[in-house]
Amino acid sequence: MSGVMKRMGMIFRAKANKALDRAEDPRETLDYSYQKQLELLQKVRRGVADVATSRKRLELQLNQLQGQSAKLEDQGRKALALGREDLAREALSRRAALQQQVTDLETQHQTLQGEEEKLTLAAQRLQAKVDAFRTRKETIKATYTAAQAQTRIAESFSGISEEMSDVGVAIQRAEDKTAQLQARAGAIDELLASGALDDQSGLAKDDIQAELDRLSGGTDVELELQRMKAELAGGTSAQQQAIEGGDGAQQQGQAQGEGRQAPRFDKS
Amino acid sequence: MIVRIMGEGQVRLADSHFPELDELDDELLAEMEAGDGAGFRRTLHALLDRVRELGTPLPDDSLEPSELILPAPDATLEEVRSLLSDDGLIPGR
Repeated sequence: MSGVMKRMGMIFRAKANKALDRAEDPRETLDYSYQKQLELLQKVRRGVADVATSRKRLELQLNQLQGQSAKLEDQGRKALALGREDLAREALSRRAALQQQVTDLETQHQTLQGEEEKLTLAAQRLQAKVDAFRTRKETIKATYTAAQAQTRIAESFSGISEEMSDVGVAIQRAEDKTAQLQARAGAIDELLASGALDDQSGLAKDDIQAELDRLSGGTDVELELQRMKAELAGGTSAQQQAIEGGDGAQQQGQAQGEGRQAPRFDKS
Repeated sequence: MIVRIMGEGQVRLADSHFPELDELDDELLAEMEAGDGAGFRRTLHALLDRVRELGTPLPDDSLEPSELILPAPDATLEEVRSLLSDDGLIPGR
């Protein structure tokens, strides 16, 4: 924006917006403006009536003067018939003065008539403008009211949709969280099962260790069997030791079962 | 776009005319800022003439907001300068 017309446009708009902002309701402003126009129209009409009244007054005066003029002419004629030329001269000179007044009044009458015509035309034009403004004003008011209603509807809709989206977001968040937890639990199970993740409890074992344990356990069993066989041949105290060793193995197995469950809760 | 010539009324102008009018408008601003009264008057009249030639007048009773506004043909450089001053077109508003 650089030129004069752009700058002026900007200033005008800024001012108009300020003026509009200040107005409580643009519809009231329009009605006020219409009221002012009606008052102006009323003034113009009053002006037309004033001019017309003056014109009529002049017409009455003209009629009177013309009547007097005719009377003086008649008197002059009669005076001449009676041989009173002096009287006739007097009557005619008075008539001449009256005629001058008549001419002046006729000029004034013409001027007033011209003014009256102009004012009548102006009043008619103004009336048309005021009528057009009234129509336009009503259209603007209707549009404004409709726009206001639309805005209100849009606002309430957006309010509703905002609430809906809040609910939606909450649900989504809950779903995401659940999925995340499920995925994490599943992953931890897999990792624990594969041995890639160390069991923090130290109880769970990876499959290689389990196999080694099984193999070494197997070896132990074989060794134990041999030892037991040897002891059976030897006496009762050796039999008692063998029973205690079996209980210990059973306790360890239970601990291992619990140990697979424990880290899942710890980590998730 | 609707252009108002102050004191005259509004005209509707096709956007295609604006490059030409913008040149005159920028020239007018430059002359105003330089204080070139004679140049300002000449350019203002040239600009107004072009706007009148190219535009279609809007009826007086239409209530269209003007997007661009031009000073009246008899506006002086000082008047336009004061219109564009901080106090703006409607003092106190």
